[in-house]
Amino acid sequence: MTLEGYTQQRVNIHLDTEKIDISTIHEDFCTKWIGGYGFGAKVLWDELKLDIDPFSPDNILVWAIGPYPTTIIPTSSKYGLFAKSPQTGLFGMSISSGSIAQQARRAGHNMIVFYGKAEEPVFIMFDDDDINIIPCKELDLWGKGCWEADEILKEHYNDSRLSVAAIGPAGEKLSRMGCVTNDRNRQAGRTGMGGVMGSKNLKALCFRGTKSVKIAYPKEFYEKAKELIKRSIGTATTKYRENGTPNGLASYNDMGMLANYNFREGYWKDIDILNGQYLNDHYVVKTCGCSQCTIACDHLARVPNDHPDWAGTVASMDIENIYSMGCDCGHSDWPAIMKGIEICDTLGMDGISAGATVAFAMECFEKGIITKKDLGYDLSFGNYKSMIRILEEMGNRSSKIGDILADGSRAAAEKLGGDAMKYSMQVKGLEFPMYEIHGMSSFAVGASVSIRGACHLRNGAYGLDAKGKFDRFGYEKPLERGKAIKKTEDEYCLIDSLIVCKFTRGIYENNQEYCDMYKYVSGYEMTTEQFLNNGEAIHNLAKCFNIREGATKADDYPPERFFTEPPTIGPAKGVTLDKKGYTSILEGYYEARGWTKEGIPTDETLKRLGLDFVIGKLTGGKK
Amino acid sequence: MPRHEFIVVDPDLCIGCEICESVCSFVHEGVFNPLLSRIKRVRIEPIVNIALSCQKCEDPDCVNACPQKALEKDEKTGSIKVNEDKCTGCAFCIRACPFGAISLSTESGIVLICDLCESTEYDEPQCIELCPREAISLKSVDQIGDENRIDAVKRLLSEMLEESK
Repeated sequence: MTLEGYTQQRVNIHLDTEKIDISTIHEDFCTKWIGGYGFGAKVLWDELKLDIDPFSPDNILVWAIGPYPTTIIPTSSKYGLFAKSPQTGLFGMSISSGSIAQQARRAGHNMIVFYGKAEEPVFIMFDDDDINIIPCKELDLWGKGCWEADEILKEHYNDSRLSVAAIGPAGEKLSRMGCVTNDRNRQAGRTGMGGVMGSKNLKALCFRGTKSVKIAYPKEFYEKAKELIKRSIGTATTKYRENGTPNGLASYNDMGMLANYNFREGYWKDIDILNGQYLNDHYVVKTCGCSQCTIACDHLARVPNDHPDWAGTVASMDIENIYSMGCDCGHSDWPAIMKGIEICDTLGMDGISAGATVAFAMECFEKGIITKKDLGYDLSFGNYKSMIRILEEMGNRSSKIGDILADGSRAAAEKLGGDAMKYSMQVKGLEFPMYEIHGMSSFAVGASVSIRGACHLRNGAYGLDAKGKFDRFGYEKPLERGKAIKKTEDEYCLIDSLIVCKFTRGIYENNQEYCDMYKYVSGYEMTTEQFLNNGEAIHNLAKCFNIREGATKADDYPPERFFTEPPTIGPAKGVTLDKKGYTSILEGYYEARGWTKEGIPTDETLKRLGLDFVIGKLTGGKK
Repeated sequence: MPRHEFIVVDPDLCIGCEICESVCSFVHEGVFNPLLSRIKRVRIEPIVNIALSCQKCEDPDCVNACPQKALEKDEKTGSIKVNEDKCTGCAFCIRACPFGAISLSTESGIVLICDLCESTEYDEPQCIELCPREAISLKSVDQIGDENRIDAVKRLLSEMLEESK
């Protein structure tokens, strides 16, 4: 069997010895684990030693793509990074778009696995099959911001289209929320993959590929691809194209789901300013697409020239960063949000965790856990100038409090002590996205069972609450809810393995279309049952990774605040989650997954999913 | 005789998605590879996006520059035809083209120039058909001049236009 689409080439890079091994990924591996997430999960399960420090040379960093980059399947240019997360201590993963995946695909690489730690800071140039590990000192690269590193490398190779994925000072200084920036505005943001790169002395990956990509069934492919492109600019994506993701600010706020004041509230008072339409009318100067993306959710906004502090700053506006560096920090100052995003993207910090950690610090300031004496300035909610100041101090670890906050709210709360942990709004160590879950009984579970910590991208359970599939203030039908969460989660696993963007999920009429496209590209025919089974297997394997590291049912619960402190205004006023009700949905989800009441996959489930190799190996981790 | 039309890209609409490049290589060469594309996306950070291809110049520098006389402007369509037997891939035309609209195939070693998909099985240029923002169109210099004139007059005589409503 030959597969198209995949290059089937795996590159193992041993950073300590500079040894590079190239091997062929077996066809069966490709069709079972699909790419991206599936590849990362399998390699980390097979090869990662138990209980290692995520910043030690023992951690393994997996870079992977699926079969689609360089083709015109909408949003096909995506790559994933996978490692043990320094933020959660569990399965770490982050996915980014831009140009990286397609350049790397043309260079011939399907998966790149980094072992060990380089003796000195290096970057790696993948020039087709030519792979060079180069000391950063040759270009004075270490210490540079992500954007500057990108520019230096493009200039060095005299190639304006060189694809560069780089870490900034945050990753270099082992921030547990360090991210990887590529194509200026695209980030592999979450779970600290940039910190892992920093721990390996790995500053940047550059890709340039010249090889052509063949399709197994070109005629059928082209016909279907045209149809998908047409649909991708239809009603399924209107909101992403017109106002971009900030479109959701007003609609989620209407339901009391827009987190603000560090998740004390879900209804934002100044929504007449902090909404997508206002942003578009006043600040957006351009919409941009990633390679092969027809949607162009990326809305670039510019701080006006007459602004006293940040004139000319251009930032990529996403709803998550607007929540985290806007209303969660108690303000609606658009230029400050733009500046905050720029700081995160250039210093290389995850914008969600960074903003939410500042919100955490603001609440600590309010409660006297962090003081003006510690900081040298006021850090009350709403003080957006101080937000900018502390973000810079976090990215550079340039002050005592900045240094403490650089590792995210959980690690900071451990250091600050007292009641601080009460104000850390995270699950498994990863800060929440924008959904305020007091009145979201299904997504409270969906976000908390997420493999990588609080997340809206591991399953689309927020849709169950927002679209009213179940009573979002109630707890009836726990098993049905569990099944619904499982269904979206399995599908998301496939989306993250292929890898395509979740914003295109509405353009496929059914799973058969995913299978058709997979066949047209690769030549391999898969039934929808097999396809979904693979998605379920990928999720279960990542879950088993977490269990092996010592994760328990307790890690699938959100912070106490959601059970005890109700919002005071808006549609969720007076509402808290009910712990008994929450547990019933959680256990309904476990049951739907074929797991025990404690959330452990049964041997029967593992066998059904072809995960026999996991059986008997689920213990040992101390977490 | 109507003037020749060529590919025009509106930078206000272009999102820089590169689908024009990908589809161009696919319909001409049967594979995906932007290096084999006859239209090239240009992005200048942070906000400039456009794609460029052959402008079908009246007196083309590329034709004049070719030492092998391998390039010829087709009288009927205005496209620059490449005689593949004569082209040696010396790239003088690439150096001469003021728009950077010509490239050298990484596979055949022969230059690639937009032919509005005339050599393919498709009647319409496929970059136009697939562009998700309708940023690409076929226009002649006369049409462009006409559109620009109307735009200019709308700006200059906005008061008069308002009164006539």
